[in-house]
Amino acid sequence: MMLKYLLEKEFKQLLRNKFIPRMIIMFPILQLLIFPWAANFEINNINLSVVDHDHSSYSRRLIQKIVSSGYFQLTDVSPGYDRALQSVEKNKADVVVEIPRNFEKELEREGHVKLLIAANTVNGTKGGLSTGYLANIINGFASDLRQESGQASRASVVPAIDIVPYYRFNPNLNYKVFMVPALMVLVLTMLCGFLPALNIVGEKEAGTMEQINVTPVSKFTFILAKLLPFWIIGTIVITLSFGIAWLVYGLIPAGHLSTIYLFVLIYVLAISGFGLVISNYSDTIQQAMFVMYFFVMVLIMLSGLFTPINSMPAWAQDITLANPLRYLMQVMRLVYLKGSGIADMLPQLGALIGFAVLFNGWAVLSYKKKS
Amino acid sequence: MVKNNITSDFKSQLSTVNCQLENVIHVENLVKRFGDFTAVDHISFDVWQGEIFGFLGANGAGKTTAMRMLCGLSKPTEGHGRVAGFDIDREVEKVKSNIGYMSQKFSLYNDLKVWENIRLFAGIYGMRDREIAQKTDELLQRLNFASERNTLVKELPLGWKQKLAFSVSIFHHPKVVFLDEPTGGVDPVTRRQFWELIYEATAEGITVFVTTHYMDEAEYCNRVSIMVDGQIKALDTPKNLKHQFSADSMDDVFHQLARNAKRGDN
Repeated sequence: MMLKYLLEKEFKQLLRNKFIPRMIIMFPILQLLIFPWAANFEINNINLSVVDHDHSSYSRRLIQKIVSSGYFQLTDVSPGYDRALQSVEKNKADVVVEIPRNFEKELEREGHVKLLIAANTVNGTKGGLSTGYLANIINGFASDLRQESGQASRASVVPAIDIVPYYRFNPNLNYKVFMVPALMVLVLTMLCGFLPALNIVGEKEAGTMEQINVTPVSKFTFILAKLLPFWIIGTIVITLSFGIAWLVYGLIPAGHLSTIYLFVLIYVLAISGFGLVISNYSDTIQQAMFVMYFFVMVLIMLSGLFTPINSMPAWAQDITLANPLRYLMQVMRLVYLKGSGIADMLPQLGALIGFAVLFNGWAVLSYKKKS
Repeated sequence: MVKNNITSDFKSQLSTVNCQLENVIHVENLVKRFGDFTAVDHISFDVWQGEIFGFLGANGAGKTTAMRMLCGLSKPTEGHGRVAGFDIDREVEKVKSNIGYMSQKFSLYNDLKVWENIRLFAGIYGMRDREIAQKTDELLQRLNFASERNTLVKELPLGWKQKLAFSVSIFHHPKVVFLDEPTGGVDPVTRRQFWELIYEATAEGITVFVTTHYMDEAEYCNRVSIMVDGQIKALDTPKNLKHQFSADSMDDVFHQLARNAKRGDN
């Protein structure tokens, strides 16, 4: 009975707030419109410096092929390797390709030739990937040549193995397909984790908390009244996110939407409970904000959003087991990309329910009506 | 004029109270320690039903701590007490159902309207929708406040906020209402109006337990206790206290007692 009046109050306060309803709408939209483009691991626009000692038709074709791949921009042509290195130092170029003298002749005569690829690996990922791309393109160039000039004879001498990769679940290796579902988890965490964290402590600051504490409201009812609005907020946020993923990125989950809703509702309960726990232990909004920020940072880093959990050291992998984000992140990607159903994700379901019970039980217990 | 009315009012009340002699608050050797610091040091007293009990003391004397223990907000370190017939340590939730409380930090919801605040707290105390609606109308009429029904509380002047907070705290007709410096920061006229509300409440049988810094308000109380350094140094009617300390006013009584205080802001 009391719950009705408390819920009424929470919703009135929420809707009357000038900022929060707008944030609930704008935050998912902006996150999902901007982030998938920015948080992108594909390496593009690699600045290429070419040192061509051969000036032959082959060398020109090779350069042409590299540039037309779309990954590289020819920003520098140097007469020698030293000069090319200087432009790397000046940040004008990221990779250097040095084509030796007699490149064409040796290819014709010997059938093989050595090329030099040098990459700036200050950013290791970028350097590694760009040399990888280059190697692929050059191999492609080589097999083009093989096909053109007397395939029959040479191909039999040098047995070439062509590996045909078959990418499952994300055939175009589209990074956005991978990122967007996981970003939805981030949006949910920010809204349904931070808002509750600021909520109870806000009442403490306003003095209304003490007024509630002298009433016969039970701890459980009070926490429940704080939690339920976030279920609705979470549902709105995830629905908006589905819409954006579909309209902007053409992403439709391979599995059932209802599966995602189920997991999201449990997750929102868990992360809101976590926010309420922090709120209970904080004396000021500022304190709650910083503590929440600290945890959310750590949780995001260890969630597998950017870096695969499998490639973390074993101890870090162990820590991620205690991270609710990790499980929903997996669920989102599994449902969106692989079309998994509830039966495939029982461990994740169990873990999220566990977190929801843990954090909300903790929130009820740590809410002190009495000092 | 007004003051005379009030004085005669509570004299007549006091006589009825004396007949009943039912204690709404009973406290025995109540102690609250924070580490080595003893905020409340073995206090004992009774408050009779229908009386206005003034709880006086300098800043830091321990009166808010004592009051918080009586309201179930703070756990007593030692001693025991009963409020509205229930043990303040073991039956806290029952105590809470039977009291009203208005803290010095104004504590209605600023972002809710006048009627919404009334409805929220009435609902929390278990009143039904229809009863709430009817009593809300009556209350706003009586306070001459019907026009502000839909005003957000944050837009009200402080004096009105205090009157509203008090009215909300007794809306569910508790046995006893605790007021912690309810009239801080408003002018004497507004304070007087506030005290008229207090008298109306006692006329309905609600016991009032009030802390204050204003000695003129102390004169309005049926009985007054004065706390110094966590202990109750005096407890009687204002008249008897003045007689006992050969003082002209409560102000004088207070100064004689509080002069030797070791704690406090100054």
